Amino acid sequence: MSRWLRFDKQLREVDADIAKLERLLSSPSISDERRQKVREQIASLRRRQEHITRDVFGMLTAWDNVLLARHAERPHALDYINAICEDFVELHGDRRFGDDPAIVAGLASLEGMAVAVVGHQKGRDVKQRQFRNFGSARPEGYRKAARIMRLAERFGHPVVSLVDTPAAESRPEAEERGIANAIAENLLLMSQLRTPIVVAIIGEGGSGGAIGIGVGDHVMMLEHAIYSVIPPESCAVILEAFGRDPARGPEAAEALRLSARRTMELGAVDEVVAEPLGGAHRDPAGAARNLKESLVAALERLRVMPREALLEARYRKYRGIGHFVE
Amino acid sequence: MDQRERPETAAESRRGSLSGAPAGLWTKCSQCGEMLYQPEFEEELYVCRHCGHHRRLGARERVAVTADVGTFQERDAGMRSSDPLGFPGYREKAAEGQERSGVPEAMIWGECSIRGLPVVLAVMDFGYIGGSMGAVVGEKFARAAERAIEARKPLVVFACSGGARMQEGIVSLLQMAKTTAAVGRMNQARVPYLAVYTDPLTAGVFASFASVADVAIAEANALVGFAGPRVIEKAFNIKLPPGSHTAEYQLQHGMVDVVATRRELRGLLARLLALLAPAEEERAQ
Repeated sequence: MSRWLRFDKQLREVDADIAKLERLLSSPSISDERRQKVREQIASLRRRQEHITRDVFGMLTAWDNVLLARHAERPHALDYINAICEDFVELHGDRRFGDDPAIVAGLASLEGMAVAVVGHQKGRDVKQRQFRNFGSARPEGYRKAARIMRLAERFGHPVVSLVDTPAAESRPEAEERGIANAIAENLLLMSQLRTPIVVAIIGEGGSGGAIGIGVGDHVMMLEHAIYSVIPPESCAVILEAFGRDPARGPEAAEALRLSARRTMELGAVDEVVAEPLGGAHRDPAGAARNLKESLVAALERLRVMPREALLEARYRKYRGIGHFVE
Repeated sequence: MDQRERPETAAESRRGSLSGAPAGLWTKCSQCGEMLYQPEFEEELYVCRHCGHHRRLGARERVAVTADVGTFQERDAGMRSSDPLGFPGYREKAAEGQERSGVPEAMIWGECSIRGLPVVLAVMDFGYIGGSMGAVVGEKFARAAERAIEARKPLVVFACSGGARMQEGIVSLLQMAKTTAAVGRMNQARVPYLAVYTDPLTAGVFASFASVADVAIAEANALVGFAGPRVIEKAFNIKLPPGSHTAEYQLQHGMVDVVATRRELRGLLARLLALLAPAEEERAQ
């Protein structure tokens, strides 16, 4: 178990202790004196918990971040959509083959603004995880997202895309239905869509599967999300530099610079959105508030841009991602 | 080979010595194991006469069998990665790749003609870090596309790649968006874009610019797939049927327009280039 996971477990134990004490407080039979003591105990536990969390989060490794981004309790796309939007109507199906539960899409109202929302969806329990295919989208998922984005374009509504996937599905069924083509067609569509697109990487930004709904005018990343060309474990297996050893994933994670801050330093995202202390899963409502604030700010700025200028700026943004010498 | 007096391609002009290697050697087909007489093998464009196996071509060899002799003018040959991540072992890999492939990066591009038709040509080389796409490949592709628009010449791309280049991390991944956006510009400008999938084409390149060509041709026998078949068999513990993830399989599933042998490619490209030239009415607008 990693240092961070151990720590996360300890935090939960303290949470349980605090909850126990709070239950005690609500009991009518305890004395005022005892009540005061318990209150002090709770406050002291909270202070200590926050203090230690600050320490631990002050020195998170890249690998800690990978585990945080994949944390089962971390809020997923629908959690954010339900917390952020006043109204959400989910729309299903790609009108060609089927409906992929690994991608959700629909229309919503965000701070009074009509928007189209697309996002990878992961499950929490075993059944839901399987139903959502662990957030690995199939061609029909990408094509459903494309359909909803075109719908948004037709009515002049902006698109909000929430990215959270380990990778695109690569099983033979996905191959036969053109997973590579579905991703590529989305890259093409999103580079030309005549309406603002705001992307937020909320958990795992896993390679082609992520960028398949990840092209936009403004791309933000939650503080503990990751964005990577390959899962660090796979990278470690492939490269001699890591002894072709999956156990050296943490080293590969460091080398890949997949944290939000590093990604921003490389110019690959435009904004890092702060998470509540301890990570989004410790305070989902707080994380949703921060995300909403950033989404709304970006949408308000982009919405008023003339379409030609918006598209030119979008092209220039990706055209400029270089890092080469001549 | 075309029965003409004058050689059309550099490969023909060297009278079968594509590699420039000394003639008179015997070599073994890596597929069927049959012995092949080197000068004949080269004359057959490295296609085994016994089993039809297409040996992989390096980017320079590909140019030699594709472009009209002496017409290829390479651009941006000096472009190199700046190693933005300071990734362990990257510089060594790059040096090794150059040594092995004889090309400066996993893609070379330039202008040439094919049977007299002027084109912008970009060719990938699997020998250079598995033909992986980093910032240099992305930039070269974008420049090739922009040149094609500016010069109003079709773009022909030979794509073979293991995917995005791990050693450039997220910068590589974003090249998928950058290159595909450049294809969008070609579409708007109505500049024809032909892609030829050669062995092997997978992952990030297959899932970006290669998949959105106006016409997608796959070279016979080429491995073409989002993930490589061996990777899939291991990851999902399944056995794939023979012929899975090949050019012919992709044709069957509607992902490519034509499968062609190496011998047929040059002629096919020339025919398509002629047929895709914008109509008179379009040009007048």
